[in-house]
Amino acid sequence: MMSNLLSIITFLPLLGALVLVLFLRGSDAASDLNARRVALLVTTLTFLLSLAVFSGFDPEAPGFQFVEEGAWIAGLTYRMGVDGLSLPFVMLTTFFFPLTILASWNVEHRVKEYMAAFLMLETLIIGVFTSLDLVLFYLFFEGGLIPMFLIIGIWGGKERIYAAFKFFLYTLLGSLLMLVAMIYMYFDAQTTDITRLLTHQFEYGTIELMGWQIVGGAQTLMWLAFFASFAVKMPMWPVHTWLPDAHVQAPTAGSVILAAILLKMGGYGFLRFSLPMFPVASEIMQDFVFFLSVVAIVYTSLVALMQEDIKKLIAYSSVAHMGFVTMGIFAANQQGVDGAMFQMISHGFISGALFLCVGVIYDRMHTREIAAYGGLANRMPVYATVMMLFTMANVGLPGTSGFVGEFLTMAGTFQVSTWAAFGAATGVILSAAYALWLYRRVVFGDLIKQSLQTIADMDRREIAVMAPLVFFTILLGVYPSLAIDLFSPAVESLLEGVRTAQSAADAVQLALK
Amino acid sequence: MYTAILLLPLAGAVVAGFFHRIIGEKAAMYLTTGILFLCAGLSWIAFLGGHGEHGDTVTLFTWIASGDLAVDWGIRVDTLTHVMLVVVTSVSSLVHLYSIGYMEEDDAKPRFFAYLSFFTFAMLALVTGDNLLQIFFGWEGVGVASYLLIGFWFKKASANAAAIKAFVVNRVGDFGFLLGLFMTFWLVGSIELDEVFAAAPMLAEMTVGFLGMEVNAAEAIATLLFIGAMGKSAQLFLHTWLPDAMEGPTPVSALIHAATMVTAGVFLVCRMSPVMEYAPNALMLVTVVGASTAFFAATVGLVQNDIKRVIAYSTCSQLGYMFAAAGVGAYEAAMFHLFTHAFFKALLFLGAGSVIHAMHHEQDMRRMGGLKAKIPLTYWMMMAGTLAITGVGVPLLYILDTPIGFAGFLSKDVIIETTFAAHSGAGSYAFWLLVVSALMTSFYSWRLMFMTFHGETRADHHTYDHAHESPKVMMIPLYALAIGAALAGMWWYPEFVGHHEAEFWGPAIFNGAENHVLHDAHDVPKWVKVSPFLAMLLGFGTAWLMYVRAPHLPAELAERHQPLYRFLLNKWYFDEIYDFLLVRPAKWLGHTLWKRGDGGTIDGIINGIAFTIIPRLTRFAGRVQSGFVFHYAFAMLIGVSLLITWFAVSGGAQ
Repeated sequence: MMSNLLSIITFLPLLGALVLVLFLRGSDAASDLNARRVALLVTTLTFLLSLAVFSGFDPEAPGFQFVEEGAWIAGLTYRMGVDGLSLPFVMLTTFFFPLTILASWNVEHRVKEYMAAFLMLETLIIGVFTSLDLVLFYLFFEGGLIPMFLIIGIWGGKERIYAAFKFFLYTLLGSLLMLVAMIYMYFDAQTTDITRLLTHQFEYGTIELMGWQIVGGAQTLMWLAFFASFAVKMPMWPVHTWLPDAHVQAPTAGSVILAAILLKMGGYGFLRFSLPMFPVASEIMQDFVFFLSVVAIVYTSLVALMQEDIKKLIAYSSVAHMGFVTMGIFAANQQGVDGAMFQMISHGFISGALFLCVGVIYDRMHTREIAAYGGLANRMPVYATVMMLFTMANVGLPGTSGFVGEFLTMAGTFQVSTWAAFGAATGVILSAAYALWLYRRVVFGDLIKQSLQTIADMDRREIAVMAPLVFFTILLGVYPSLAIDLFSPAVESLLEGVRTAQSAADAVQLALK
Repeated sequence: MYTAILLLPLAGAVVAGFFHRIIGEKAAMYLTTGILFLCAGLSWIAFLGGHGEHGDTVTLFTWIASGDLAVDWGIRVDTLTHVMLVVVTSVSSLVHLYSIGYMEEDDAKPRFFAYLSFFTFAMLALVTGDNLLQIFFGWEGVGVASYLLIGFWFKKASANAAAIKAFVVNRVGDFGFLLGLFMTFWLVGSIELDEVFAAAPMLAEMTVGFLGMEVNAAEAIATLLFIGAMGKSAQLFLHTWLPDAMEGPTPVSALIHAATMVTAGVFLVCRMSPVMEYAPNALMLVTVVGASTAFFAATVGLVQNDIKRVIAYSTCSQLGYMFAAAGVGAYEAAMFHLFTHAFFKALLFLGAGSVIHAMHHEQDMRRMGGLKAKIPLTYWMMMAGTLAITGVGVPLLYILDTPIGFAGFLSKDVIIETTFAAHSGAGSYAFWLLVVSALMTSFYSWRLMFMTFHGETRADHHTYDHAHESPKVMMIPLYALAIGAALAGMWWYPEFVGHHEAEFWGPAIFNGAENHVLHDAHDVPKWVKVSPFLAMLLGFGTAWLMYVRAPHLPAELAERHQPLYRFLLNKWYFDEIYDFLLVRPAKWLGHTLWKRGDGGTIDGIINGIAFTIIPRLTRFAGRVQSGFVFHYAFAMLIGVSLLITWFAVSGGAQ
């Protein structure tokens, strides 16, 4: 086995991007086609290589695997590795990119740059999940903003500049606070090595800051700083408003990556940093997170009910679904965190597929207005079937992957807070209402609109893009162990650490009294 | 064998749904129908061969495993399962067969049969589930199948609305089911039925905090699960979807909204009898809701003019009977009525389908009448169903310890007797409501018969002249169900509720030590035993008077009691009240949160802080077009490099 497989997977797409930018000349149809082909080839190759990691990975083994370490520029250390928490996201990323390239086959505007931006984005996203060093992580985490910003800003819709800036500023604002916290962590632990930070104990004694009593001390402050960044990424209520705008303006493939993968960086961050490194603060903040999560689920579901734009509706639904994730993570028990991990993976497939579904009809009609559609089932039976499956998966129907995550997070949360589980469960009702209402207005009904009379069903390329998503959505719904077994041991050891730290803190508290 | 019964319909659905272009339309129909008959045969073999047998659990493979939570796909084999298997596969196979004729002119036949088979699979998964989660899987699966079938004619706006309503209202019930499930897992550490049942006595002793209240664990779980049952079985407050569900094709109404899916709630309560028995207050709620529903739905049924809606309210009402029985602890009686009801209610629906078929999709009884001469076979089959549902039999006569009468006579009267025998407040409440409902049942059932088949026709002569008997393929299911409606009660009385009930049910149904209600029901006073019969006669007499003897009476009555008539005709205004109390506020809230919350407040604040520079930037951006973003990206890169430099200068890592 190659010892630097992770690095190869991470940087192969970047290499592809460089090849495109530096060596591909001209902007005629032939060179455009070449750009698409190179991108597809590179992303597919990356996916195949990641399969090697997947098959070589032992979920039961503790700690990180495929670890690489070496001196880097300026005294920094280059450190990479994966564990059960990060590998699923690496796989999700490498799996999705070839599909999005395929889905973007009809993009005609600046094809070479478009493909290069996506390849660059892939490198930066994979890097977030594979890096084991704070600095490296931060670079990837923030760097990912740039290509996404470009994708929305150049290939987006009418309001793309506004959306791109909103996206950029929201996420950057949170990140600055995280940077400050990271610098503090470095001074406190004298290392930027994530594996060592994971075992480092940060101070949690109550401190006084500008007249404020801070329970949980430094841990709470750092937790809040990280929270500012991850909550925006997730996104959590009330910092979610960038997402609907970004989705609406982003091109289809951009929306897919945004929904399927980029949002998961927030959840991954909570699991990699907030929960294990600041366990005491996580306990203190539990109710706060529950509150925001439940508000997100109910609030955005209600808002989704009233949307007139298909993409906006799905974007709001994403926020609601991410509410289950944050709730499950900070329930901090096996079902909760397993559920959160599963929900993130599953939401990747489902929301990715839903945005692709929107893309299919957008490509034909060039509008996302719900009112512009109706009766598609009459002319597009395949599309109607696919859309129905993902609508039901989005609603959380048992037998699809959408159910397992919601179920586990609520089962986990119920043990901690019946109120939170109760509130979240109302999402079960509301999601059915908005999703079926959307489906009814777009797909069902009689085909009366003149403009739709000649609309064509999905073609082979579109079916080829959807097929793997359909497959995984059902497979993971019927046999979720495929995914759970991958991350469950890592979750278990994570929670063990959290519990030990929390009970130690409790003991100290008791002793002080 | 059980695995085959469970999975074959799924296979049929997949083949019919996705490969009908290859195998052809006819093949898809015959294949799914054939599979269902095979399943029905196997189910009957299992049912007749294995009374009281218990303990077999067929485990297929792991479904969800996370920490202590481990759930398998499995099949629980006991008498409850057997009874439900027989009901589901028998009715489903007959409905498949019937649909070959009924859907003749539809151009999406394979899709219809795929949905029917998929529904059957989900229903079978529900009744065979050996843990709460698999039951929930089936529970939601039938919900989706029902949604798809109600909205089968997707061009019709009313069908779409009804389909969504059915799904969403059911989800309100599911919300309760889920919470009950979570609480069970939390307290018991498992959702395997056997382990939950074993823990039931412990749950009865346990107090638990739920939403800030201190509640008894067994009561809470039982109540939450019952809320789920209320949704699926269209009980009062969550019943509004069922009448609207009649928008679906009639075979669907017969299968899903009469014989099988809607009885899932009753099944769940009976399945959970080991927990229910430790939750007296929850049981009381079950009885009160059941009896109230029976009464409410019967009153609405009195004045409806759509032939299918009458039967729909009748279904709602009969489900109430079942719950009333389960609530007083007579789960056996509830299951008996579920069993017989499946035959005669499916018969009535398919019969109504045959009428509608004959009348070219006319459903309004005001435009029928006199059809007896045109479609006599259908008439006599409907008659069998009516005799069964109204409860025609010979009171107080027992041969071999079995009463003599049509199926409904035996099963409904047992329920009424058990409510009396319960000797509790809820029991008496139920007893009186159910007797009155029996009167109304008889009235609306005969009203339906008289308005449809008797007297002068009110149809336009073209439709009437062309009215014709349905093809054989539709009539054969009617004959089969009619035999069940006539004989199933007498045939299975001893096993379900008679002398052999204990050995028949075995451990499938649990009765607490104090629970002798079924036994006591046999010894109630004579006037109690006769009262439903008298109520039935009275109902028949009134209907005859009003619709045969003096047909001008109904209009006069309605005129004289306008407010009451309107109240009933508009179904107690439930839809209007819900629209006012729930639907509109939800929409208003959604709109307000969106425009004021997201748009005004959140964006206002955050943009206010962060975006003071934006107008300038966008103006700038407008000038330089998209090239501008490259500059910005470049600036970002510089920032990142500066950051690295800072780390490097300040010493770097380690």
